[in-house]
Amino acid sequence: MVLPLCLVLYGVIFLRGFFKKHFTAITGMTVGICNGLFGSGGGMTAVPMLEKGGMEPKKAHATSIAITLPLSVISGMFYFGGGNLRLIEAIKFIPLGLAGAAVGSIFMKKLSNKLLKRVFSALMIIAGIRIFMK
Amino acid sequence: MDWYIICTVAFLTGIFASMGLGGGMVLIVYLTVIEGSSQITAQGINLMFFVPIAMMSLILHTRNGLVEWKEAVPAIIWGAASAALFSILANKMDQDILSKAFAVFLIIAGIKELFSSKGKTADDKQ
Repeated sequence: MVLPLCLVLYGVIFLRGFFKKHFTAITGMTVGICNGLFGSGGGMTAVPMLEKGGMEPKKAHATSIAITLPLSVISGMFYFGGGNLRLIEAIKFIPLGLAGAAVGSIFMKKLSNKLLKRVFSALMIIAGIRIFMK
Repeated sequence: MDWYIICTVAFLTGIFASMGLGGGMVLIVYLTVIEGSSQITAQGINLMFFVPIAMMSLILHTRNGLVEWKEAVPAIIWGAASAALFSILANKMDQDILSKAFAVFLIIAGIKELFSSKGKTADDKQ
């Protein structure tokens, strides 16, 4: 487990500092690693990287989706090839997921999500520890 | 199958996903911890779940002129290569290791979120 983890970490920390010139390419590659390996977390890495590259936050959020969408399709195809894509199990989450996304974008306009962010990050750490201990 | 739990999870995931707080984390954690899916299955479900939601948001964002395609396109091209490579790796990898790696990723992301000094939303700054 050390090897892939190191690759991700190096991707984020090490390369970011070094190749300012190829910043967009590096952002894309890092997002691709998270997207392919973990099936998630692409946006989480893309947004701060795009912001660091000088993009304003709103645009960074929007652009991160433009990047992660095609990457998810590609990763999905390889998951399918590996026999690990259960389309039917995903479908049941989609309708209310869309509703949630609509509500979320209203939230984003109306309220500061500082507290939400704190609570959510604490939950993520707890969940991470729990999965790790499993 | 508890429909109301599924609905709640889906709804929460949608909210967090659209706020850029990592909706995938909610769904994958639910699927692995509560439903007992394997890590790779949960990840696959999350990928598929994300596609329609991303499409909807992307259409809205493009209409609002928020997508910087000039920046996005090279990132997509490079990202496609690494996404392909690492999804093959994820499929071949030992599930236990993958799930541990995901857990570490979750913890790191959580710590980063918790201590990000800016603590801003897309909206606070503009």
